Amino acid sequence: MNIYVKLAYTLLGLLIVINWGMLMGATMRKIGARMAGRHGIPFHQPWINLLKNFSTRTTITHGIMYYLGPVFRLSGGVGLFLFMPMVFTGAVDGPWTNFSFEGDLVLILYFQVFGMLGMALGAGEGGHPYSAMGIARGLAQHAAVELPLTLAIVSIAIQYDTLSIYKIVEAQQGSILNWVLFTNPFAAAAIILAMLGALGHSPFNLVKAPNEILIGPATEYEGTYLGFMMTAGAVIHVMEAVLFMNLVFGGANSWLELIVKSFLIYFWSVFVGMVFPRFKIEQSITWFFKVPFVLGVLAILMYSF
Amino acid sequence: MSELDLNKKTSEMLANSKANVKNSKKDFTRPEDELREVVAPDGSIIKINPLYDYFSDEKPKEELPRGGVVEKFLNWARAESIWVLGFGTGCGSIEIPPLVTPRFDMFRYGVQMRPTPRQSNAFIISGYLSVKTLKRVIRTYEQMPSPKYILALGSCTINGGMYYDSYSTINRLDKYIPVDVYIAGCMPRPEALLHGFVKLKELIKAGKAEKANEYARNFDEYKANQKKIIKDWNMPDYNW
Repeated sequence: MNIYVKLAYTLLGLLIVINWGMLMGATMRKIGARMAGRHGIPFHQPWINLLKNFSTRTTITHGIMYYLGPVFRLSGGVGLFLFMPMVFTGAVDGPWTNFSFEGDLVLILYFQVFGMLGMALGAGEGGHPYSAMGIARGLAQHAAVELPLTLAIVSIAIQYDTLSIYKIVEAQQGSILNWVLFTNPFAAAAIILAMLGALGHSPFNLVKAPNEILIGPATEYEGTYLGFMMTAGAVIHVMEAVLFMNLVFGGANSWLELIVKSFLIYFWSVFVGMVFPRFKIEQSITWFFKVPFVLGVLAILMYSF
Repeated sequence: MSELDLNKKTSEMLANSKANVKNSKKDFTRPEDELREVVAPDGSIIKINPLYDYFSDEKPKEELPRGGVVEKFLNWARAESIWVLGFGTGCGSIEIPPLVTPRFDMFRYGVQMRPTPRQSNAFIISGYLSVKTLKRVIRTYEQMPSPKYILALGSCTINGGMYYDSYSTINRLDKYIPVDVYIAGCMPRPEALLHGFVKLKELIKAGKAEKANEYARNFDEYKANQKKIIKDWNMPDYNW
């Protein structure tokens, strides 16, 4: 496919992903509100919030790294998108596979941490003690999430003998029984549980919950910076869901399937969040080491011998 | 500098500040906020003035609306997304929690609570304001990004209310910070607060909620008023 056509498709895909991420976020808040018996926010609230944040007249900066933090976070999200095959069309060179290549799985794992580290540096320069505490908690929990996730992903890579997400999706086509969910249940279980931490909803949202040590790393961020972070949040939520969809739930054959599957995956974390109260950071780390980590080790053992 | 030296220095500073008290003008600067010299790891000496190194002493500037269709559109967005700072100053803050419950649900009007002044653009002064709290309110207000709005809740913010002759509370709020919307009553019900939000939205949409600029324009006057009532002024004049 011509590179310019591919670029056009990728940009269009990014636009869809940003808007779907915001709509999905609003829907989940609406569901949460209905659970509590409220009306909740209007569906278009995230767009208005974004507009308002971009239209504040004063912005305060604490230095270059402070400015780069949200930029890093957004580029982490966009990086996740750029190398992720979105819709399976039967050809690696298809319109919606973005710039997926052999070995993109490793790059995707790196991009998951990229935004987090950027935020850590940026918020650290803000100088607010609550930011530093938020970062320490965030990185500690993220390490506990990444470990079972990586173990499970390595197990899937051994299973299909490839580091290409596209090939993993290709191998799951045909029947629902070809999904990793059924062919590698331990890895799937580890991913489904670790996913709760990666998506960052209750019970694992202590890092960024508004009523815990203010709002975590984002304490000092405002206006345009916050707008960037909200955009990044929308992209990252969808891309995490799409990653798990590609790895465990057989990928998507059309945008409609992608939207339904990513919604259900995201809904799983919201469902758990509605049922369970928030964990303290030491509780959540212990939990990640007790359950998903053990499952991840089992998944590796299963395919190592 | 060893710990012993530091202790010595601190006690010296304390003695100095006591000496200041004896002089005619009272100085409320805390020992840790005083001008001092610190030896850096490479041996160089750095002068530190905590009050002005950690905060900005730049005066606020007026940032006038650009006008036209774009400003109208942005004003609509600002009106539909009001982020309120979670800072209850007086007894009126008991009226705020019901707003997030099913009965009054402020989220449907685009009103949300934010935990940090950096991210909020509305401030509810809920009821009486003691002089001690006023100091914190001023610092918080100045940290909020412009355009910012203030809702004054209850009679106490208008004329002192039942605390009109109290030694520790202020009577008229708008002498110290500019107020966009007053919500009268003692206490106003949550419905009244919601009505206040609707009124604020109307003002923002009409482009009349420019009190942050008014504060910047009359900055010296506001500061003089604030300093008249806050006796232990030990912070920079402008601290965002």
